[in-house]
Amino acid sequence: MSEMKKLLEVEHLRKYFPIKSGFFKKEYVQAVEDVSFFIYEGETLGIVGESGCGKTTLGRSILRLVEPSSGRVIYDGETIFDGEKKSQPAMLPYRTNMQIVFQDPSASLDPRMTVGEIVGEALMVHRPDLKGKAYRERINELLETVGLNSEHANRFPHEFSGGQQQRIGIARALAVEPEFIVCDEPISALDVSIQSQVVNMLEDLQAEKHLTYLFIAHDISVVRHVSNRIGVMYLGQMVEMAESYELCSRPMHPYTQSLLSAVPLPDPDKTRAKKRTILEGDVPSPLHPPTGCRFHTRCPRATEKCAQYAPEWKEYAPGHFAACHCLDEGN
Amino acid sequence: MENNTMKAAEKLLEVKDLKVSFYTPVGEVKAVDGISYDLKEHEVMGIVGESGSGKSVEAYSIIGLLQSPGKVIGGSIVFDGENVLEYDEEKMRQFRGNKVSMIFQNPMTCLNPVYTVGNQLMEALTCHNREIGRKEAWDRAVEMLKLVGINNAEKRMAQYPHEFSGGMRQRAMIAMALICSPKLLIADEPTTALDVTIQAQILELMKDIQKKTGMAIIFITHNLGVVAEICDRVSVMYAGQIVEQGSVQDIFYSPAHPYTRGLLRSMPRVDELEHERLIPIEGTPVDLLNPPAGCAFGPRCENCMKICLAHRPPLLDVGEDRHVSACWLHVKEMKEAQQE
Repeated sequence: MSEMKKLLEVEHLRKYFPIKSGFFKKEYVQAVEDVSFFIYEGETLGIVGESGCGKTTLGRSILRLVEPSSGRVIYDGETIFDGEKKSQPAMLPYRTNMQIVFQDPSASLDPRMTVGEIVGEALMVHRPDLKGKAYRERINELLETVGLNSEHANRFPHEFSGGQQQRIGIARALAVEPEFIVCDEPISALDVSIQSQVVNMLEDLQAEKHLTYLFIAHDISVVRHVSNRIGVMYLGQMVEMAESYELCSRPMHPYTQSLLSAVPLPDPDKTRAKKRTILEGDVPSPLHPPTGCRFHTRCPRATEKCAQYAPEWKEYAPGHFAACHCLDEGN
Repeated sequence: MENNTMKAAEKLLEVKDLKVSFYTPVGEVKAVDGISYDLKEHEVMGIVGESGSGKSVEAYSIIGLLQSPGKVIGGSIVFDGENVLEYDEEKMRQFRGNKVSMIFQNPMTCLNPVYTVGNQLMEALTCHNREIGRKEAWDRAVEMLKLVGINNAEKRMAQYPHEFSGGMRQRAMIAMALICSPKLLIADEPTTALDVTIQAQILELMKDIQKKTGMAIIFITHNLGVVAEICDRVSVMYAGQIVEQGSVQDIFYSPAHPYTRGLLRSMPRVDELEHERLIPIEGTPVDLLNPPAGCAFGPRCENCMKICLAHRPPLLDVGEDRHVSACWLHVKEMKEAQQE
């Protein structure tokens, strides 16, 4: 593993969204708080977490679709965001390397553009040399890569089913031949029988084009299936990260443990025999996150220390990172 | 409630050859196309299917909430010996809420934002029982909120839905549905909008309440994990038809219909030991405006035969304990068995 190249490095990334509360007073939603990690070239890093934990914001701030508040993002050795500097490098040249597939395919495709125009739009910007026949051929080739055909280029997005729309979204991301794709809940809007088609396609594309994925989803079974490594987020922070088998079989953080135990298995005997740690209460507001460890309000193992000090992000086993006080005391 | 928990389970609901169509400007959509099943008292039946398989429409027609242009065009729904489809508006109102009630996917759209939660809970009760006084209704509402695990119930009664979190709202919805002690609860994707940890809480709560009250539940979902968790029996729907039905054990451990088998195979599992490639169901979901002639699943089926494309398969017994499946393969197997 150590010889593998780190394609993307994220250091202490923060994203606060300002909201108005009262006259002259501003408050911040701490969507992403001090997240650091890296992605190896050619791997899939999965990010799981519940709604509002900041996983989508994390994905978007890496691509600078939303500007991070502070921290650093290094892509392939080049700093593409540095919170300490005033001016940031222009993203346009990097866009051919980094792309995104969005969650809701019907909302992310322009209803007034044909599929050919949608897929070809990025080509017009990044590949102005492609004209006429070559341009059209490239679009057809892209549509075929995702299992559609050239006739579909003249149709509009509403003529397609959800699964096909997502394929169009993927074709659009692939148009500029990126190395790195952020997949933001790419299958959660799809029907069960279609989800596996798209998952398999993403895996095939990865093998064929040597892609690197940041795969964001709330469904840990899907993330477990596609990812080499998994990061678990809670309320804007990364709480645990490890190789995916390791994480699912030996979860360290109490939140990961309860998350795994909460997933119902499609197997009546197993799922009913499963020991559950059911978390009390709800996720606190990211506007006023709890002090200390952000999970302490719901944690079954919380102590006084957890309420006062935030735990450190440490490597507890080779490649297995977590942030929890319980792990320090050796219990 | 108490008096019938001891009795042997009786048929509570009997749906026979129910047909529901939507008359849209572009043509008739057969959302539910001749389904039959029955539900015993205290039974938890799961209805699984993809979006557009007719699972919600079927449930809405039981409770008389089908909206135009949807129309029940055939069949019968017999609840406790009476055909619900023959009820007039007033009788339906009494039936709804009192005997059968429903919880929905998105609690925010079902709670009225301008009334307090307490107000809405009490309304549900007083609507069905005019003799109940305000004080009594209040007490009962508080009791219900406590039952569904809402702390500070008295204080919560005076709050508005927006002051509740997603999981809390779903709890309040459950309290509202159960306040008249219905015999049957229809839960339409009650946990789909919730996070897994909250989903686990709600499932635990529903299992608990079901045990306490002994009501029957029809649980509509697309999540097979949730079905495995809570249901006794499962109906698998595809394109408005029940393609397979059986006990939860039969459906998960010996599925008979190719669609059920395909669904189970295509799901990634969190407990998988090594990376196995998923086996998807190929093709796209049916277009209900132009459904295929024979078996609706035929065009996507890996075992598709000539007859499948021409004729609809009959629902056949494929095992004990009311395990039925609609597939021409079973007919073929039977014929082969007879020849030998």
